[in-house]
Amino acid sequence: MSAPTTVSPATAGTTTMSYRQALHDTLRAELLRDENVLLMGEEIGRFEGSYKITAGLLDEFGPKRVKDTPIAEEGFTGAAVGAAMLGLRPIVEVMTINFSLLALDQIINHAAKIYGMFGGQAKVPLVIRTPGGGGQQLAATHSQNVELFYAFTPGLKVVAPSNPADAKGLLLAAIRDDDPVLFLENLALYNTKGEVPNDDTPVEIGRAAISRPGTDITLIGYSRTARMALDAADRLAAKGFDAEVVDLRSLRPLDRRTVVESVRKTSCAVVVEDDWLTYGIGAEVAASISDGAFDWLDAPVRRVAMAEVPLPYAKSLETAALPAVDDIVVAAEQTLRATGRG
Amino acid sequence: MDILMPRLSDTMEEGVVASWRAKVGDEVHAGETLVEIETDKALMEHESYQDGVLTEILVPEGGSADIGAPIGRLRVAGEPEQPPAGSAGAVEGSAPAEAPARPTEAAAEETAAAAAPAPAGPSAPAADPVRANGSRVRATPLVRRLARESGVDLGAVTGSGPGGRIIRADLDRLAATPAPAAPAAAPAEPAAAVAVPVTEDDEVTPLGSMRRTIARRLADSMRTAPHFYLTRTVDAGPMGQLRAELNAKLVAAERPKISLNDIVLRAVAVTLRQHPEMNASFGEDAIVTHKRVHVGMAVATPAGLVVPVLRDADTRSLTDIAGAARELAGKARDRKLSPAEMSGSTFTVSNLGMFGVDQFTAVINPPEAGILAVGALREEPGVVDGAVAVVKRMTVTLSVDHRVVDGAQGAQFLADLARLLENPWLAIV
Repeated sequence: MSAPTTVSPATAGTTTMSYRQALHDTLRAELLRDENVLLMGEEIGRFEGSYKITAGLLDEFGPKRVKDTPIAEEGFTGAAVGAAMLGLRPIVEVMTINFSLLALDQIINHAAKIYGMFGGQAKVPLVIRTPGGGGQQLAATHSQNVELFYAFTPGLKVVAPSNPADAKGLLLAAIRDDDPVLFLENLALYNTKGEVPNDDTPVEIGRAAISRPGTDITLIGYSRTARMALDAADRLAAKGFDAEVVDLRSLRPLDRRTVVESVRKTSCAVVVEDDWLTYGIGAEVAASISDGAFDWLDAPVRRVAMAEVPLPYAKSLETAALPAVDDIVVAAEQTLRATGRG
Repeated sequence: MDILMPRLSDTMEEGVVASWRAKVGDEVHAGETLVEIETDKALMEHESYQDGVLTEILVPEGGSADIGAPIGRLRVAGEPEQPPAGSAGAVEGSAPAEAPARPTEAAAEETAAAAAPAPAGPSAPAADPVRANGSRVRATPLVRRLARESGVDLGAVTGSGPGGRIIRADLDRLAATPAPAAPAAAPAEPAAAVAVPVTEDDEVTPLGSMRRTIARRLADSMRTAPHFYLTRTVDAGPMGQLRAELNAKLVAAERPKISLNDIVLRAVAVTLRQHPEMNASFGEDAIVTHKRVHVGMAVATPAGLVVPVLRDADTRSLTDIAGAARELAGKARDRKLSPAEMSGSTFTVSNLGMFGVDQFTAVINPPEAGILAVGALREEPGVVDGAVAVVKRMTVTLSVDHRVVDGAQGAQFLADLARLLENPWLAIV
């Protein structure tokens, strides 16, 4: 599988590595670069993180920079907000996005609002890294993608990289950003590999990528679904359709311009999200298309999403509930048919 | 499940729903006629494949749709009332929500920026287009914008999208075909379309799909096939005599009579067997010589010209041909010909003798290599054994596609055909 052509690789060249490795190496590089950067979270130190992203960092940087926290999400997230207000640049690892629900008040009511509510007197340069996603047979309460709650909230930035290069570039940007950033990882992506630029140029937050150019239809996804959209585009190409894939990368700010420009080119779109349909991110993207590309649309925008159920534990049911590449291909074909091209 | 516009003939691109035999809410059974479809050539009954309830008519009577486009919906046993919401591109909730409490300023600004070159069309947008019958035109936003910019009257465009929606492809098709004479025609194409000035004294009949197909195919034929014409007058006395004798016997036996055209069809079929080069078609980059002889017979109907086909005409008896020709002509006039009965001819015969036409030239039915135009059997003075006498004559004209067959070959075919027509016993035994 070829790596998506996101940003052009820097002259310093690239290295093939996993999404997991890209995150680890970036955290380490930033700990080395800026002594105000620190990591905190459950089991990130001695246990090296539930997903081993922080392997070796406690030994290298010591307990002041890499802090194991108690099982108390609201408490340690609140502590990180306070540390950020005082000038440190904490990176919190919440073991899964499901547990971030326990820290909602600190994230939505405090981190997001402090800069605005206090007239810019304090900033919150905080990063909350947290993985989510279904497909691991972790049942309903441990398989969610509740990024919508954060993407809904002004004052927060929300990014969701789909490949190792963006994992690095967006993590660099998030750590150096003066606003609180939710950095969303996906369990299904940790072992995926790709080319990662060797230099440390951040990927601008709020800028989507055309990860595959095409002319017939626009497929829009983010995180795992952006990768699925690429697979769907390959399948469509085999059937003679040239699909363009837009990888949102950032859910807030949302890059409506790139989406709109793509749909103006192709006249139709399918939005794919790893979440429930109703009120979802796909709805926001579809509304943006209607707003900015209405006079270019030759078919209604379609959405592919998860079934609107608490995700089942049983593998077959879980698979059936999650969106699949097949679903994207079918929706794209139906859309193309509606434009007379299918 | 969707009921899709069926493909009923090789040349069919879209079909018109002539009439729905079932109403919304009706129970229908597999094998029952659900809808009548008018193709470019025929009116066909389309049966339901399954038992179910007709829940929706997407293309109303008079509306048209591309092959494969849904024209209605059938709910079959076990299918829920509505598709389940949720997974895999479910149909989204239909009712638009109540007006938003506040406009989304940020979003509006961002997209406004994206929309920098505002689509300020050169012409003022017309009122929402409506059909001649007053119904609202369904068209995608893209189509509405393009129509606004180019001045196309969407009320005159047939939509092939879901529910008869006009989609971009329909406009592309429109631009590719000669524009119909409408008040606000599309910008002139370099094609042959001539703008016809229409006054209130004129009656404008929109092209039906059949007329459109005839126009397209025959214009293509004249434009692409270099025609040449070979005319020959034959002594039709023996043919007339044969017919009279045969018919006297057939009538006595209470069997149907044969016509002169039946004899001509039989003679042509036999001659084609001897001249495979005439029983051929001009393909993309090859000449296709047909092993079997299927003779098309041009039939005029009130709706237009159709060409039913006598299959394997060279192996059939004269009375067999006569019976089949009579049946096909009847079906043609009733528009009951099936697509199979109208496709696959390898050579065509057109006979205007019954109208008193002495001779004429016919346009080749593409992609065939030739067509025979048959004039009337007429009596005229002729020289027989050095003296003037009344003779029976018939003039036939062979139109030939010069890409396939050359002049001498065509002349040889015509000579052999004339020999059979003048000695019709040879043709029928």
